[in-house]
Amino acid sequence: MNSNTDFTLAIEDLTVSFDGFKAVDSLNFYLDQNELHVVIGPNGAGKTTVLDLICGKTKSTSGSIKFLNEELTKMSEHEIVRAGVGRKFQTPSIYENLTVLENLEISYPYGRTVAGSLMFKRSSKVLEKINQTASEIMLQDDLDTEAGLLSHGQKQWLEIGMLLIQDPQLLMLDEPVAGMSVKEREQTAELLNKISKGRSVLVIEHDMEFVERIAHKVTVLHQGKILAAGNMEEVQNDPKVIEVYLGH
Amino acid sequence: MNFVYEKMMGGKKGLTGFLILATLILVIFPLFLDIFRLNLVGKYLTYAFPAVSLVLLWGYGGILSLGQGVFFGLGGYGMAMFLKLEASSVENTKIQSTPGIPDFMDWNQLTSLPWFWEPFNSLTLTILAILILPAAFAYIIGAAMFKRRVGGVYFAIITQVIAVILTILIVGQQGFTGGINGITDLRTLNGWDITTDSAKYIFYFINVALLLSVILISRLILTSKFGSLLLAIRDKEDRVRFSGYDVSNFKIFIFCFSALISSIGGAMFTLQVGFMSPSFVGIVPSIEMVIFAAVGGRMSLIGAIYGTLLINFGKTAFSESFPELWLFLMGGLFISVVMFFPNGLAGLWDDYGHYITDRFSKSKKTKEDSPEIVKKKSDESAA
Repeated sequence: MNSNTDFTLAIEDLTVSFDGFKAVDSLNFYLDQNELHVVIGPNGAGKTTVLDLICGKTKSTSGSIKFLNEELTKMSEHEIVRAGVGRKFQTPSIYENLTVLENLEISYPYGRTVAGSLMFKRSSKVLEKINQTASEIMLQDDLDTEAGLLSHGQKQWLEIGMLLIQDPQLLMLDEPVAGMSVKEREQTAELLNKISKGRSVLVIEHDMEFVERIAHKVTVLHQGKILAAGNMEEVQNDPKVIEVYLGH
Repeated sequence: MNFVYEKMMGGKKGLTGFLILATLILVIFPLFLDIFRLNLVGKYLTYAFPAVSLVLLWGYGGILSLGQGVFFGLGGYGMAMFLKLEASSVENTKIQSTPGIPDFMDWNQLTSLPWFWEPFNSLTLTILAILILPAAFAYIIGAAMFKRRVGGVYFAIITQVIAVILTILIVGQQGFTGGINGITDLRTLNGWDITTDSAKYIFYFINVALLLSVILISRLILTSKFGSLLLAIRDKEDRVRFSGYDVSNFKIFIFCFSALISSIGGAMFTLQVGFMSPSFVGIVPSIEMVIFAAVGGRMSLIGAIYGTLLINFGKTAFSESFPELWLFLMGGLFISVVMFFPNGLAGLWDDYGHYITDRFSKSKKTKEDSPEIVKKKSDESAA
């Protein structure tokens, strides 16, 4: 087993193979506290698979994922979440039949057992936290709206809010601005810059303009391996990256 | 007080629905039906227990169980075993070669009471068994399935298979279970004759009281955070899991609770009908229970009761005159409900019920209203 580190997230020698196809191949990746790290790469590079591996949706073939020096590869999904890892899915994954308030309430990190959920009371403390989160994600006026009626961008924000209310140490966002308008993208960039303080954020994104606006560091994945890493400028000028991803 | 009003009754709308139902089955039926018909309604209302349990499990939880008959049967058999032992006292059975054991055991050359029958000598233990055994059985099935993430159609098939297995077991082990005939000839409960009219009245009202309590407790569960989670799990299971919940525990709980409700229904069935047989355990009754819930509206606890009553009245009326046609009729009804009224009777009431309530509540109904109502009604029938 590898030794402990100061990193929030330390991925070492991570490999996963599906019937011999290595979607992620001996990956090493480190994430600091307060860091907003963006992973880019062509389709099929293994970006989403890496997130799946971290949050426990996919089990790794070999290697280690340490979050605050806790090994995640052996834990079940809900244990990983309780340890402080939050993940947003590519398509907005919210409860369409429930209101915004109920969506946030369900995500509120108390009453997570059967008995706890039966006894759960919507106290003023809970409501305060919900209101605070809702105003952060710009949905404070839509608390009683059924989530299915929100616009696509608002749904994305709601899902981010559902993660924020749990106050995770590591926040993982899979294409958070996909399908958003220009204005919504700007607002989302602002939101991400705000929430990345005090935690680590890992983002998968294709929109280079958006990446430029938010990223502290960028990693380019290609065929399950890291092609390049560094700040935006370095990556953009890297000939290998231009070759496989950005184009000439 | 406010808590009870909002949470248990579901506010004004829920309270109205509850009161209408309570009036119907507590006052109107007993007043206008003779005891034979009332006993029949009582029997139907015992089927409403599994139907209500399916609203919770299937409607809200998205878990389709085609084996609720198993739990109905376990409750029914538990009660029947107690009553049978009481009916098989040494004096009553002195003509048998082994007096003191149930008649069917004697016919099958058993010479002593099997060990698992012993607890059913005690009414307390019997009631405990009715409340605990089916839930414990559901826990074992649920833990085995949901922890392994077996769900959807696979879960439905497995529960159906369990229903078949239990039926085969009951029929095959005639000496222990009474076989295909079931457990019959039940007469007294702690020395009290349960075949009299007064006993039938009392059981009817106990049954109704239990059913209404089940509705209230279920509402309490559905209005809690657990209820929202149940819907959330049905619609976006992964999101719930990645919000830090152990989804399988929630599914196991609602499955156990639904088993408990069904079992109470089964026990009340035995008390009111006076026997229990494997024909209330297997595939057909289990699927009928799903149809009751679907016709009533799978998202409506009260709707499930109306659905159960409607189908069973229909069954009685039609199967007397056209016994062969009834099954086709019921199948057709089920298909048309699924295709045209996915929310069942409750959905129809939500969509069109205000035409009826408006007539009652509006004292000064303007004349211009009427043609509109007639027009909408004809549109409905045309559609």
